[in-house]
Amino acid sequence: MKKASLIMMIGPLFLLGLYVFPLWTIMLGAPQYPDPLGIYIHIDGIRDVNEFDIQNIDGLNHYIGMKKLPKPEEMWEFSTFPIVIGAMIGLGVLIGLLGFLKKVDYKWFIGWFVLMSVLGILGMYDFNAWMVDYGTNLDPNAIMKLANPDGTPMSYKPPLLGSTKMLNFDVQSLPATGAWMMFIGMMLTLFASFIGWKHRNAISANNTIIYNQL
Amino acid sequence: MNKSKYYLGAIAALALLFVGCQQGANNSGKGALSSSAAEKVYVAPGEQDEYYAFLSGGYSGNLTVYGLPSGRMFKEIPVFSQFPTSGYGYSEETKPMLNTSFGFIPWDDAHHPDISQTNGELDGRWIFINGNNTPRIARISLSTFETEEIIEIPNSAGNHSSSFITENTEYVVAGTRFSVPVPQRDMPINEYKSNFKGALSFLSVDPEHGHMDLKFQLLMPGFNYDLSHPGRGKSHGWFFFTTYNTEEANSLMEVNSSQNDKDFIAAINWKMIEEYVNNGGGTKMPTNYAHNIYDEATHTGTTTMKKEVLTVDPLDVPGAVFFLPTPKSPHGCDVDPSGQYIIGNGKLSADLTVHSFDKMIAAINDKKFDGEAYGIPILKFEDVLAGTVKSGGLGPLHTEFDGKGNAYTTFFISSEVVKWELETWEVIDRKPTYYSVGHLMIPGGNSRKPFGKYVVAMNKITKDRYLPTGPEMEHSAQIYDISGEKMELIYDFPTHGEPHYAAGCPAELLAANSKKIYRLDENKHPYAVPNPADARVERKGNEVHIYMSTIRSHFTPDNIEGVKVGDKVYFHITNHEQDFDVPHGFSMIGQNTSELLIMPGQTKTSIWEPKKVGVWPFYCTDFCSALHQEMQGYVRVSPASSNIELSWSLGDD
Repeated sequence: MKKASLIMMIGPLFLLGLYVFPLWTIMLGAPQYPDPLGIYIHIDGIRDVNEFDIQNIDGLNHYIGMKKLPKPEEMWEFSTFPIVIGAMIGLGVLIGLLGFLKKVDYKWFIGWFVLMSVLGILGMYDFNAWMVDYGTNLDPNAIMKLANPDGTPMSYKPPLLGSTKMLNFDVQSLPATGAWMMFIGMMLTLFASFIGWKHRNAISANNTIIYNQL
Repeated sequence: MNKSKYYLGAIAALALLFVGCQQGANNSGKGALSSSAAEKVYVAPGEQDEYYAFLSGGYSGNLTVYGLPSGRMFKEIPVFSQFPTSGYGYSEETKPMLNTSFGFIPWDDAHHPDISQTNGELDGRWIFINGNNTPRIARISLSTFETEEIIEIPNSAGNHSSSFITENTEYVVAGTRFSVPVPQRDMPINEYKSNFKGALSFLSVDPEHGHMDLKFQLLMPGFNYDLSHPGRGKSHGWFFFTTYNTEEANSLMEVNSSQNDKDFIAAINWKMIEEYVNNGGGTKMPTNYAHNIYDEATHTGTTTMKKEVLTVDPLDVPGAVFFLPTPKSPHGCDVDPSGQYIIGNGKLSADLTVHSFDKMIAAINDKKFDGEAYGIPILKFEDVLAGTVKSGGLGPLHTEFDGKGNAYTTFFISSEVVKWELETWEVIDRKPTYYSVGHLMIPGGNSRKPFGKYVVAMNKITKDRYLPTGPEMEHSAQIYDISGEKMELIYDFPTHGEPHYAAGCPAELLAANSKKIYRLDENKHPYAVPNPADARVERKGNEVHIYMSTIRSHFTPDNIEGVKVGDKVYFHITNHEQDFDVPHGFSMIGQNTSELLIMPGQTKTSIWEPKKVGVWPFYCTDFCSALHQEMQGYVRVSPASSNIELSWSLGDD
């Protein structure tokens, strides 16, 4: 259980990477943009891949009536996410510590993993909802109003994951370093749960011995 | 019968010989060779060249940027000439760049570009070039590829033995081709002899900003100082100038200044003179010359008139100046990468004279002089001679080096490039040029470290090389592959203006530092509009200042009223793009000036003096975006007596 608890304490710390590295990256390449434009989505806001990319993406998007990319203060998520992540890191490390002190068992580890997964899925759902709004809620006075072959207005929602062709742009949306670190951290907690589960009998056996000795 | 047999035999032999010759020509001529030449110069679409080449524009006054080996032209950098394409010399910000003590001069004759160096190797910070006609030296940034500074050279005329730099860019040197009265005065022309002076100017270069300062002028005897090059390595601290017209003729020069069997190469120990000057030596002379500096932060050039120059009489610094006799009106004066050999290209002879720096120092130390000219010691020809290249060509002009012990000399009259070996002075190879070559250029050829892969020969005569375009044609250049023992002609390309000298360097020295945009948040132009909300129109008497911004695809503001006939309207336009290669243009109907081409983050100003009442459109001249055709606006011009208030707007605001 000692080993599992140590891993459980280390795993959530990987989420600290989210405060430094981007969670997601969206790149936009086009014939006249051989060096693609790009944005990094951090838990606390959207940043340029190369300086002025946001300004240039906004500039191009105004032709098709898209809103500007949100500033941190324009979306509640960018102030809430850092708090939620911080709380989850604290909680995870605490659970690991308590496990180390044998106050809690591996089930708490699984509990943390499940909670983090649920939050992650909610986060993805929220992110996707924003992208739908960003890509479809267009200015009615847009310079270029483009329609699909079936007559419906063309939408510009970037893919959540993978690539798509959007007018002259190839848009590619992929998890970035922060997400990979979160993934590794969560896998570690799952691994900690597994070790904890595997040794559960040994622990109870040991405990039995100890109790007997007492 | 016997005789006729012999004849038949002879004819058969001749026929064989012809066939043999033709086969030889086929093998070494077109077929296999030209396909390998094509591969050597072919830079596939989307790929980039190996070298930058900066070719002077001669009478275009500008500098052109090419790629090697493709021969593709990338840019024409305006230097000494007005350039309506960008508005250089027309915009309020750049007009001061062309100011001189003679007033605004819209043109010059640009000859000899030279890239800045550190420790004798190209460092890619700046490129310098001389204006020949109204003596000036320009400095061009190699991050913006724009002219940043132009300094006028007083007491000089025909600024030809310029603009060569010392191996740590301590000085850029400007020598006079035509000697003149110093200071200028009203006097009979035929009293030239012993009265005229030849000024050799040493301009110090600030290592931080590159700003030039005319540190001192050496007032030499009234010869023609034709070309020059710095010493390097062991000869660092010396500068060498070829001279002609040591006869000091003042008329029918083509005959009268070609009489002496030998003219001179002047060897100048500039370090010694620098020390003399630093210790308070020299004479301050009143004069008047313009110093124009363009500031990248304010996007604006300013002119300062300088009123004094420090002159040095060579006789006041004994041991600093010597003459090396050199046959037949030498033109090019070239120094090999080691700094040991000084080559005088005697343009009226077949031979090249190579002087030895070590021998020169020994002769000076031994005081082995062969008389003097105006008090300046003349060394004995035999004492300084390292060797003579018996070339077999005619009219040698210029020599470059490949860094592998070989030299390449152009021959104007016999129209060829000759490869020869240093120290053995043996000719290795010769190839024709098309036609009558002037300068040649090997990237880094004027440094301790040449990149000896290609040589570019720049010709004076084009004739039939390209499809005919009437009597006037562009000049022609040839590229030779010099990586092997023999030179190989691999490409022909037309050049703009009349290139004289050129400078080249590996692409990686510059490409990564080339600016993509100017930062708007670093724009310090006094009339800049940092934010579209700051766009406005102000009146000061009859001056109307329009603070305008541009972004794809509109001007802010685009409707302006309250301008009157007789007003002087200043359009101060700031391009708000911060995206690579998105300039906006500006032009106004009936404007007596050129358009503006404004780079991202830049501010430029154009003047319009409306003469007619009406509503007059302006528009963006650069196809900036899909909505470029919509990028336009109107100015309402009312009669001078009108009392319509100034107003401006964009859209519904």
